[in-house]
Amino acid sequence: MPSPDDRRYSKEHEWLKQQGETAYIGITDYAQDQLGDVVYVDLPEAGATITQFEKMGEIESVKAVSELFAPASGDVLMANEEVVQKPELVNSDPLGAGWLLQVRLSDPSQLEALLTAQQYDDFIAAAAKDEAVGP
Amino acid sequence: MSLAAPTLRKTALFDLHERQGARIVPFAGWAMPVQYRGIVEEHHAVRRRAGVFDVSHMGRLFVAGAGAAPLLRSALTYDVASLPEGRGHYTLLCNEDGGIIDDPYVYRLDAQRFLLVGNAANAARDRELVAAHVRPDMDAELLDRQEQTVMLAVQGPAAEAYVARLLGPPAAAIETRACTELPFMGTKLFVSRTGYTGEDGFELVASVEAGRAIWRQLVADGVEPCGLGARDTLRLEAALPLWGHDIDETTGPYEAGLGWVVSLDDGADFTGRTALARIKQAGATRRLTCLRATGRGVVRDGCPVLHGGEPVGAVTSGGYSPTLATSIAMAYLPLALAREGTELAVDVRGRALPVVVVKRPFVRGTPPRPPTP
Repeated sequence: MPSPDDRRYSKEHEWLKQQGETAYIGITDYAQDQLGDVVYVDLPEAGATITQFEKMGEIESVKAVSELFAPASGDVLMANEEVVQKPELVNSDPLGAGWLLQVRLSDPSQLEALLTAQQYDDFIAAAAKDEAVGP
Repeated sequence: MSLAAPTLRKTALFDLHERQGARIVPFAGWAMPVQYRGIVEEHHAVRRRAGVFDVSHMGRLFVAGAGAAPLLRSALTYDVASLPEGRGHYTLLCNEDGGIIDDPYVYRLDAQRFLLVGNAANAARDRELVAAHVRPDMDAELLDRQEQTVMLAVQGPAAEAYVARLLGPPAAAIETRACTELPFMGTKLFVSRTGYTGEDGFELVASVEAGRAIWRQLVADGVEPCGLGARDTLRLEAALPLWGHDIDETTGPYEAGLGWVVSLDDGADFTGRTALARIKQAGATRRLTCLRATGRGVVRDGCPVLHGGEPVGAVTSGGYSPTLATSIAMAYLPLALAREGTELAVDVRGRALPVVVVKRPFVRGTPPRPPTP
């Protein structure tokens, strides 16, 4: 299924959906599928500052822990408390109810450094091709 | 300079796993399914109904002849010579220092035939170690059947019903830890009532053709195909040690809580006996202990265990328990801290996650019951 073009994407598999000066951040469907069952998310609290392409938290599946990287800089307005309580929402609805953070963007022009939906889908298609070389 | 990627071995069911949509990972030199529908779903299927695992990567060494029993007795810690026919028992292969080289399961099919099932990573070494005990005057033949056979584990409270449907009432009549051979598709099928999930269940060793047919039929009947991911979460909930993590050549049986598989009373001389007798006499100073997280977060292998902020051990197996919906772990701890109810912490990448010492196992199996829709 193609990624929706109402948002931008990072090569670390986060999405960012802008709504005026604020934005929602989450991880992509590809990312949740690769992670498998998500059992824990560690997110910055409201008031914290995140910096584009730097670590902003951790997400753990049954298999492993992965770092979350900020797709853009800003101040955290809210972490999704529902996801903190029910991490499986990241698997069942990564682009909707499974959002992770609401932030106030410090520099909306940073979004130009992110991928469009088409670019992101090409990017993961290439990654999948590399992976298929394995065993 | 570039090193060629090592070629991974594939089990005889590999194409079926791929067709089933399994995610394949390298494991101990094998390309194995880690999950099909998802680890948590597969885990719950085994706790509530039944799941089937391809465990053909495990070592399968048949030992036959009048000398089979004395041969195995000289290699294994458990008094296999007194094992009744049609019974299996957990055992260890130790080095001269009493360190654990592998923890195979040994089955006695009849007076002169045994099956030794060891870890994939150790299969070749197990065979060599047993072979090293063969004497010229000993009537004992070693038959490595890893290539020619398939091994499946059918686990869960409904496993008995599914296995009975496939193999008939004699399979369902097999008692816990017992084993037998049953005719199937014109060949002989090894069936035991054992497993590595803490649930009731069966393990089967079959010809490749029969094994493929059994896998297909079980999956068609509604048994959940399960990968190594669920195998690991299930065995951790059952507090069953995993070689290479909780036990290895640097750990001994007594501190791992495996003294019950070391037989010293029969007087038999087996590799490691002298050291093990001495260690038993002196008493272990630490113990493999079960820890349950009381805060949110996931304890992983290698995380330091803290007492009053000071490291007192390291996690040997840690992960998420789908049944308990919290993190669980095992670690070697000084005896004074290994008591149930002791409050400790685990250093998870710089964050102290509170844990409490609990009794083993973390989760008990469910009594056998018919499959529920």
